[in-house]
Amino acid sequence: MKLKNNIAISETGFVFDPNSGDSYSLNSIGKEILELIKSGKSKSDISFHILNTYDADEFTFERNYDDFIDMLKHHKLLENE
Amino acid sequence: MTKLRYERPIISKINAGVPDKFGMKTSVETLNQIDTVPVKDILEQYGSPVFVVSEPTIRKTYEEATSAFTSRYPKVQFAWSYKTNYIDAVCRVFKKLGSWAEVVSGFEYQKALNNGVPGNEIIFNGPDKSDEDLKLAIQNLSLIHIDHFDELYTILKLAETSYKRPKVAIRVNMNTGIYPQWDRFGFNYENGEAWQALNRLMYSEKVDVVGLHTHIGTYITTPNAYAVAISKLAELATSLKKKFNHAIQYIDIGGGFASKNTLKGAYLPGKDTCPTFDAYADAITGALMSANFAPNELPTLIIESGRALIDDAGYLLGTVLANKRLADGRRSTILDIGVNNLFTSFWYEHEVLPVETTTQQTEDTTLYGPLCMNIDVVRAAVQFPLLQKGDQVAIRRVGAYNMTQWMQFITFRPNVIMIDEEHNTHIIRKAETNATFEAQEVIPDYLKS
Repeated sequence: MKLKNNIAISETGFVFDPNSGDSYSLNSIGKEILELIKSGKSKSDISFHILNTYDADEFTFERNYDDFIDMLKHHKLLENE
Repeated sequence: MTKLRYERPIISKINAGVPDKFGMKTSVETLNQIDTVPVKDILEQYGSPVFVVSEPTIRKTYEEATSAFTSRYPKVQFAWSYKTNYIDAVCRVFKKLGSWAEVVSGFEYQKALNNGVPGNEIIFNGPDKSDEDLKLAIQNLSLIHIDHFDELYTILKLAETSYKRPKVAIRVNMNTGIYPQWDRFGFNYENGEAWQALNRLMYSEKVDVVGLHTHIGTYITTPNAYAVAISKLAELATSLKKKFNHAIQYIDIGGGFASKNTLKGAYLPGKDTCPTFDAYADAITGALMSANFAPNELPTLIIESGRALIDDAGYLLGTVLANKRLADGRRSTILDIGVNNLFTSFWYEHEVLPVETTTQQTEDTTLYGPLCMNIDVVRAAVQFPLLQKGDQVAIRRVGAYNMTQWMQFITFRPNVIMIDEEHNTHIIRKAETNATFEAQEVIPDYLKS
């Protein structure tokens, strides 16, 4: 899974997709995960990082992570694999 | 190392549009206690979902309403509208506060009697009164508000064999500038039907015509419409005085005052647009004082407000069952509160609040109830915080009509509790169980084996 190359993420959590011209906003944990995806981290790396940093259980995070990825796909922000 | 507080990751598309000049606030409000009782404790003790009725709120609202009228007019009487909420404990609070009872069926009439309301303090409205209902109402000297000519002639016939003279009023429908005009109840003013009915009653000499009644509609946000209604009823009253030298004892203006709930399609929230009790009182009493009543024959003003007196006192508490994504990417949250319990969600945009929240982040969300039916939508589109399964929610302003119009559909009706003035909680209607329904159903012998 790879974020499209030209997607821009600002420090405050705004996302700009130059392909569509659409903008998005992220909450802080969403921004953190998107940056980890952009840097090429795997799902298990991201999960390990989040569960060590935040007070969340594995199943809740997995459910929320999959939902987040579905939304990235929905907004066409990921490369087709 | 202490871990950071977690919230669901979200990404939301930014839609540029015309800004709303009123700029609604975006912070997430929570509701974690009712009359100092923690919502969590209520849900733990009484299950989820659960209705909560706040007696302190009923008393406070009633005081506001009554003082708005009694400070402007010398003879005022409130009558509790049973159909708005006829749970006995609620009705008894209103009785303690001095309300009479306003009922619209034999069932409600019996409830009022069982709640200790004297017969002559029961107003019997509505199109459905059986001969037996009418006989009982005549016997008890209740105030019978006649809805149609068939009822009028039934009462005249019953009066022939009754030892007591029926106390009657007629319900009058009229054009007050409100749309839709409610013309299905009572006798019309403009076409002369109401005057004709009054003449018929007066010439019979078998009944006491004690009052005039109207109920111009529901969720009326224009107080002046009531002033129009009062002036038309006053015209009828002065005509009775002139022709028959008969003074009526009361004018019953009905109900229909709006509550602070927001109607679907409304541009601004109901709490910003709902007229105050003072605004209604000013219009109504102003019109009464301007009418041609002799000072010693001022009629009592009867008010049958229901919704505006009880809506704020009712809460519905529940729990998030699940979150899902819809095909277009929107989030949907499934609550254990559905249209079966929250009947008013068919016409209100109810405020659904988290009991606790760890985030100010929201997403455009559809709130569904638990029913396996497509109609079960509590809110079609609302900016809602990122709640997880098991998180609790509270819905405000559900005191009117939900605890009477609720449906036993797919699942049970829940517990209803009341918080008293000392902030103690009491069950006032027990949750239904399978046994509730087994007690009502009968299986024919041939299907038993």
